[in-house]
Amino acid sequence: MSLLDKLDAVAAARKALLPEGLDVFGTPIEEVYSTTEASVSGRRILFFGTNNYLGLTFAPECLQAAHKAIDREGTGTTGSRMANGSYSGHRALEQEFADFYHCLSSIVFTTGYQANLAMISGLAGANDVILIDGDSHASIYDGCRLSGAEIIRFRHNDMVDMEKRLKRLGERTSSTLIIIEGIYSMLGDRAPLADIVEIKNSYGSILLLDEAHSIGVLGKTGQGLVEETGLINEVDFITGTFSKSLGSIGGYCVSNHMQLDQLRYVSRPYIFTASPSPATIASTRAALKLLRDGTELRNKLWKNARKLYSCLNNQGYQLGPDPSPIIATILDSPQQAMMLWKSLFDKGVYVNLILPPAAPEGKSLVRCSVSAAHTEEQVDYVVNVFAELRKSIF
Amino acid sequence: MEYDHNSILQKLSQHLGHFASSDIEITPDTDLINELAIDSVKLLNLIMEIEDEFDISVPINVLADVNTVHDLADLIFKIKSESE
Repeated sequence: MSLLDKLDAVAAARKALLPEGLDVFGTPIEEVYSTTEASVSGRRILFFGTNNYLGLTFAPECLQAAHKAIDREGTGTTGSRMANGSYSGHRALEQEFADFYHCLSSIVFTTGYQANLAMISGLAGANDVILIDGDSHASIYDGCRLSGAEIIRFRHNDMVDMEKRLKRLGERTSSTLIIIEGIYSMLGDRAPLADIVEIKNSYGSILLLDEAHSIGVLGKTGQGLVEETGLINEVDFITGTFSKSLGSIGGYCVSNHMQLDQLRYVSRPYIFTASPSPATIASTRAALKLLRDGTELRNKLWKNARKLYSCLNNQGYQLGPDPSPIIATILDSPQQAMMLWKSLFDKGVYVNLILPPAAPEGKSLVRCSVSAAHTEEQVDYVVNVFAELRKSIF
Repeated sequence: MEYDHNSILQKLSQHLGHFASSDIEITPDTDLINELAIDSVKLLNLIMEIEDEFDISVPINVLADVNTVHDLADLIFKIKSESE
């Protein structure tokens, strides 16, 4: 099969799966009105699938900081930090992340995806082993592939299964990197961090925790699962993204290992990419302050999340195991999921559609993400739409 | 337990039966993806079952060269032999 024939096969598979005229995976957004509303096909829609957990994309402090940075330093850095230098904002944000986590040091990356690629491929190599949760994000799988290390999966959040696989590795556990996530993006459930820490310590392995969906969401100051569990000193490396609670784009890693800084010289996804733009860095710095002091925002976020989870649960939808800002309805077939997604969209509610093989265990998901910026009326509206569709579709 | 190539093939066929989306007869030459319709995620889950069945570690990055039931049995035999 030629290179282009392979892409034709992808197009044919997509056409077979999706009904004519349903462009689920390329929805054109014409105008963004606010943190929670936009225009699609001339219709006003509610954003209920973004990861804008704290609703900071329009925070005046972030907008103002970004505007000032553009005026002062221009629209882009046009090069990598190794070749073109580190702006004061890059260095300041790294210090602020280290301070936020009370850690020795931090590295900022151009995207959250690259943060995982860079950290995993920089830490592990050809003779090492990486043990990952089966429900890990694609950036973790891709980072593992890039590393050249042996990749072993354990069953999602199953500690007996994880330890069994670790035990099989024998002496190699000392060169094993274990990777987990604070909140998993598919079902919104958390990693059992205390159990994982106990196991990794007894086998002498290294633990990397991705807080992409949990920074800003969990813990008193929003550090994530490490803060909620009080286990920050037991985790070797923490990665995360700016593109969810921090409302911009980029990624970070913090650690108490002094070797973290050496990653800058060996990690290709850090070295061979342009550094984050001044506006991105400036808005993220402003957002990090708001996140740290955002107790009220977190309370509002959790109030909204618990309400939507509990209402959908009462309506009979099959959901992920725990209430969280990610609320996934689990459907048995792609057809059911597409019908629910399309019906929600027709009622002005824009959520995420996840079809096999991307969804766990061959299921399909219609996934909502709740924000602190959602009003009570908006949450009530979505609850009512789901209730109506429960009667008409199922 | 001692495993030879044939006993590995036999055990493997039992596991494949649970994962396959089609009812076709499973032979050593059966293609996992094209004939049994085992997609990438199902293959990864199958590997976890195989690891437990044979008490071995099968790194998922060595699966790129695995196309048929026979290829997979060869891989298991190789890893099992090396681990003993």
